Amino acid sequence: MKREILLGDEAIGLGAIHSGMSGIYGYPGTPSTEIFEYVQRVTKADGDIHAFWSTNEKVAYEEALGMSWAGKRALVCMKHVGLNVAADAFMNSAVTGTNGGLVLAVADDPGMHSSQNEQDSRFFAQFALIPCFEPRNQQECYDMMFEAFEMSEELSVPVMVRLVTRIAHSRAGVATRDRRPQNELDPSKEIKKWTLLPSNARVQYKHLTDKQPELLRRAEESTHNELRLAGKSGVLVCGLADNYLYENLESDHDLSILSIRQYPLPAGKVRELVDHVDELLVLEDGYPLVENMVRGLFGLVGVRVKGRMTGEIPRTGELNPDIVREALGLPALPTAHAPQTELANRPPALCKGCPHTDSFRALNEALNIFDNPQVFSDIGCYTLAALPPLEAVHSCVAMGASIGMAAGAAHAGYSPAVAAIGDSTFSHGGITPLLSAVQQHVNLNILVLDNSTVGMTGLQRSMSTGQTLDQIILGTGIEEDHFRIIEPTPRNHEANIEVMREELAYDGPSVIVARRACIEALKHGIS
Amino acid sequence: MEKNIILAGVGGQGILSIAFVIDNAALDAGFHFKQAEVHGMAQRGGAVQSNLRYGDSEIYSDIIPTGSADLILSIEPLEVLRYWHFLRPGGWVVTSITPYVNIPDYPETDELLTELAAFDNIVMVDTAHIAKAAGNLRAQNMAAVGAASELLDFSEDQLLGFVEKLFARKGEKMVAVNQRAFKYGRAAGLFFRGLVDGGMPRLAAIKLSAKLAAETIDPEHAGAWAEALGADENKLETVLAEKEAVACDQAAAFA
Repeated sequence: MKREILLGDEAIGLGAIHSGMSGIYGYPGTPSTEIFEYVQRVTKADGDIHAFWSTNEKVAYEEALGMSWAGKRALVCMKHVGLNVAADAFMNSAVTGTNGGLVLAVADDPGMHSSQNEQDSRFFAQFALIPCFEPRNQQECYDMMFEAFEMSEELSVPVMVRLVTRIAHSRAGVATRDRRPQNELDPSKEIKKWTLLPSNARVQYKHLTDKQPELLRRAEESTHNELRLAGKSGVLVCGLADNYLYENLESDHDLSILSIRQYPLPAGKVRELVDHVDELLVLEDGYPLVENMVRGLFGLVGVRVKGRMTGEIPRTGELNPDIVREALGLPALPTAHAPQTELANRPPALCKGCPHTDSFRALNEALNIFDNPQVFSDIGCYTLAALPPLEAVHSCVAMGASIGMAAGAAHAGYSPAVAAIGDSTFSHGGITPLLSAVQQHVNLNILVLDNSTVGMTGLQRSMSTGQTLDQIILGTGIEEDHFRIIEPTPRNHEANIEVMREELAYDGPSVIVARRACIEALKHGIS
Repeated sequence: MEKNIILAGVGGQGILSIAFVIDNAALDAGFHFKQAEVHGMAQRGGAVQSNLRYGDSEIYSDIIPTGSADLILSIEPLEVLRYWHFLRPGGWVVTSITPYVNIPDYPETDELLTELAAFDNIVMVDTAHIAKAAGNLRAQNMAAVGAASELLDFSEDQLLGFVEKLFARKGEKMVAVNQRAFKYGRAAGLFFRGLVDGGMPRLAAIKLSAKLAAETIDPEHAGAWAEALGADENKLETVLAEKEAVACDQAAAFA
């Protein structure tokens, strides 16, 4: 059998290719980016799979849904917070149902290695009433794609595969299978199913709720949900938390264990476990979703349920084998050396020669005529300007939020209301708030940092850079006099400050595009 | 058998290239393996690590539990300190002594190396010195994995084969440079251990290693050097005072 070394992300991508996927959709976001990049890389030569980054996750999801409508299989991938952006299309796709298989691979980031929060996408699966697979290793990432596509087509539902950083970015050998051919073009003829006018939507929603017993039956019978009854002490363990459990167990342990990797939660199996044990430890890498479901509002009679809500597991953060070991009541392993205290941190930083550094040096100086000026920022490499030595930006909330927040602050009377946003983030979520601000003639200053690429996630193609970016900005109706372009270099420092000062002095919306290619992109011959 | 390795360094130093070589060797040998790494934000010049585990039975956790690491392999000396509580009793550290200073509060190099040298199971190598001699300063990662290769469960040829596979895309010259760095690193690691086993203090051993012409370093001569210099600081100073790099077979000249 052929074994390939694959990241969990890559195993998802290869599983989708071998499942007969015709299109992959997504927007870059750690830890999900490598799913798309892998597919793009290995299918480029054949060109028989559509693989082109989308402007944002909502667009990606809708494109994938369109491909499903046309009868072909589509994978849409994103990070957890990306699903917030795609949520409108996502929730409604559960109601329309699918034609060709539609699988959503969403990568959560417990511990917030590269994210603003650690929201748990399993809630979204539950919310949308769709099935969810939660692989515990790279092989399952690969294998579950086949099941997910089959189930999606068979039951006409989108299916979620939920990853976490630790599996997305971990490699192992994966045994692969033969490639299934892609579906033929076979557009859906069920017009009412796709047209969610209230009268149709009510029918479709009923279809969705009618599918629930079947989804539950499958979860109950799934080999991914394994129950092994033994002693009176139980563990209910979800997804890759299984690894942390078995890492710590000797082969002669006496725990009753229910491992769950397919949702909806198999209530029957949970019942069996709960009826058998006196105490139950719940391990899940994410929110205490299952823990709270099992405990309910008032607790289980006769069974002590332990987990994140009761302190055995920390309420926040990523799970690891040490945390699980302690929760199991096992002694810590001896180590050769005590942990180092007061060790110098080595935080990430903007690269040497990064254009953002010059932009923010100029902005800091342009703003120094104000008392403690605050700059709304966005999500990208330039968010690192929040850290010393620049400390130039003071917010990072959601993709595109800098512009909307600056506008709101301006509405409240705050001045100068300044937003800093990158070119790709602008195309993702900055266009609509800019249009709003310009049409409302809000007094704000927007600095668009156009480095021609998606830097932080590894140099993906930016949708709105250069001329395209300029035309979009001008298309919002901004006055041409207050649309300025500067080149952020040390040599232009004084001139750039001057431009910024002029626009800060203007009472109305202005946009300054700071345009210079990412030095990493230049190094790699991109851009 | 199970081997747990923490690869440590700074974003951009090429930890994942080391992982590629060992991952492939592990797969080739039929071992189970898992290797977790860091992508995204932390790669921008931040501290990065990879947890690499292989063995002949199933590997569960992608992360190495505290107290379970057999080896910390670091391309940067400060980064060792970040992880060494993961080391099991009897575990080893193999580290470059070349600091990567991109933070204002980086400790004094001498103090840092003294702290590291106090650890029993440590192999220190001057990866910058070795990589330069091999033909490219960026090959420090291969020098480091070479220095650690004796502690892995693969033959030198197996590992060199995957160094070739890794750099094949970049042309024969890069393959040669990186394989050279690996070999020099391997020799330097064994030489360092030979010096220490022969009674030289670790700091003296690394200072001497850094003074020798990297391409000449041969573990065969470690005994002679240890005997010639022992713990005698004056003798070491005599070697260090040489204008040019000293050939490794010249121990007798300094006895």
